[in-house]
Amino acid sequence: MPSCPFPTRPAPRRLVLLLSAALMAACTPGADEAAERATRLARANVDLLGAGATFPYPLYARWFNTYAQETGVRINYQSIGSGGGIRQLIAGTVDFGATDVPMTDEEIARIPSGRVIHVPTVLGAVVITYNLPGLSRPLRLAPDVLADLFLGVITRWDDPRIAALNPGVALPDRDVLVVHRSDGSGTSYIFTDYLASVSPAWAAGPGRSKDVRWPVGLGGKGNEGVAGQVKQMPGAVGYVEATYARQNRLPTALLRNAAGNFVSPTAFEVAAAATSALEAAGDSADLRRSIVNAPGAQAYPIASFTWMLVAPELIGAEKTASLYRFVHWALHSGDQLARELGYEPLPTDLVDRLLPMLDRQLGLPDDSAAPR
Amino acid sequence: MTAPTLPPVAHRRPVRTDVRVDATPARGYGDRVYGVFITTCALAVPALLVLVAAVIARSAWPAIEQVGTELLVGRTWDVPRGQFGALPALLGTLASSLFALLLATPLALGVAIYVTELAPLRLRKPVAFLVDVLAAIPSVVYGLWALYVLVPFLREHAMPFLGETLGLRELALFRGPAYGPSLLAASLVLAIMVLPYIASVAREVLQAVPRAQREAALALGATRWEMVRDAVLPYARSGLVGAVILGLGRALGETMAVTMVIGNRHEVPTSLFQPAYTMASLLANEFAEASGELHLSALMAVAGLLLAITLVVNAIARWLVWRMERRA
Repeated sequence: MPSCPFPTRPAPRRLVLLLSAALMAACTPGADEAAERATRLARANVDLLGAGATFPYPLYARWFNTYAQETGVRINYQSIGSGGGIRQLIAGTVDFGATDVPMTDEEIARIPSGRVIHVPTVLGAVVITYNLPGLSRPLRLAPDVLADLFLGVITRWDDPRIAALNPGVALPDRDVLVVHRSDGSGTSYIFTDYLASVSPAWAAGPGRSKDVRWPVGLGGKGNEGVAGQVKQMPGAVGYVEATYARQNRLPTALLRNAAGNFVSPTAFEVAAAATSALEAAGDSADLRRSIVNAPGAQAYPIASFTWMLVAPELIGAEKTASLYRFVHWALHSGDQLARELGYEPLPTDLVDRLLPMLDRQLGLPDDSAAPR
Repeated sequence: MTAPTLPPVAHRRPVRTDVRVDATPARGYGDRVYGVFITTCALAVPALLVLVAAVIARSAWPAIEQVGTELLVGRTWDVPRGQFGALPALLGTLASSLFALLLATPLALGVAIYVTELAPLRLRKPVAFLVDVLAAIPSVVYGLWALYVLVPFLREHAMPFLGETLGLRELALFRGPAYGPSLLAASLVLAIMVLPYIASVAREVLQAVPRAQREAALALGATRWEMVRDAVLPYARSGLVGAVILGLGRALGETMAVTMVIGNRHEVPTSLFQPAYTMASLLANEFAEASGELHLSALMAVAGLLLAITLVVNAIARWLVWRMERRA
């Protein structure tokens, strides 16, 4: 089946063809055919084709470009969104997908082989940004307080629970105004995943999803929509992608992590989250792991992998090996490019643990890896 | 209504549609090709509409089956729990569009009347041109302007002025805290966006009113205002309704600018100060990342609803125009 997930009945299809012929628009068949043909055309001069998440797109574009120059293997990537990437992978129109949100068991079951390997490529983090004029130090928040802010339980900034976390700081007597993402996004998923794992009330209420039913607040479209509204409104608090916050120098809150330390979303602390989460999980095979609320002493709690999705049985051994060589290259040699673009590469010790796991999952001999 | 209502002077000659001219000239091959070509072109447009409707209906069917009327009357849009009630977005769409029309129509008609009847000749072209230019500004530019200029202005000045200074906060329509992003902000930006459409169509319509109509009124001793009110506007009425409906159609479907300033909150709007949602914004926000089948299907159903509303609005407009023409 092409990308349209709904059953196609024969009669309307014939009608569609008939009408489109009548339209003299034979060059514009149904959306399915168009997508399929675009895919075939793209296949004609690339070796691998992928589609999915928009968050890692700038990095993937650079990676694929550099990789093509170094090895001659061309990879075409379309940033159509995580949801679209998963749909295309299930439809079998791409060789790999990419997503910020791990596939659910239900989605994996729709792949004929029932097996999708989640390959972590870089790290993402979500930061809390706020607009509190005259604050002398960065705001400090604890998980329960953060959840209650977004649940609408805490409605004033001079609430005693916030004051207790920020001793010696004069908090303004303003109303809390929550700003969240209105568009479905991986950023929202990571943030709600964190809230759901630290707050039973959040887990039982809005839950974890790319789109949840927000109890309070305004919706802004994209990181820029949230940041724009937070910047304009004193008393506002919102969440944005860490790289976006860094590039735009937004104020970010320190969060108390699972070990009880207040940490900022710096590169080191995001990497610490990934390492400690994987250490805690041992060598279990499933890599679509949430790393929010990681146990490490310095781990920043709202972090996540972004993944490439590979279904080896769907694309055959040759393409799997080709993708696998790229993954080796990206994780070993692509980290500098990632840093240049403001992404957080996986820490080296983590890569050394990950690659053997991927080797086993992809069922490949060691010699298929590209030379370092 | 003190001045006598003047009947339209020029009578339109009825067009006979019941008589066919059978004196066919020698029809060559070229004529036939041309005939087939032009017929195909004419049929293509309705066929496209049917196709679009069919595709939407097919994609929306699973949601219609599972969610049913909840889609129309439900107030909860909760994706993880599979609750898809689009009533807030439906009402938000209608409220923002109608309020925008309420603001834009008098202004646009004023502009059109000024340009055709009152403005000195030297001013007509520049004013008309500048109003038309408004229509050429991309909607994302309107959205950004609204987000960074209009919304802060509303929050700092307009909303406190309306609420406190004028004391309107006692009315339900102006209740609630002044966040800025709100139904009011969306309606204002929509009003600015539809204004040029209404104004330029209305201008064309008024220009089409025969000179004799105006001269007759003036000859009867009407002032300029009476001429416009009694001779020009009644003659142009059906065309003016058409202009307003064109603006409404545009307001119903506007996505980008509205999404940026309406606050995107799934709540049935009761106050202009409240954040709200529209169907077009809902689609723009959630479509790209929707992966669940029911979610996608529910969004398709919302798209179908939006299409249906647009069609109904147009049908009502046709009917209004038709009724007026019959009475005239």
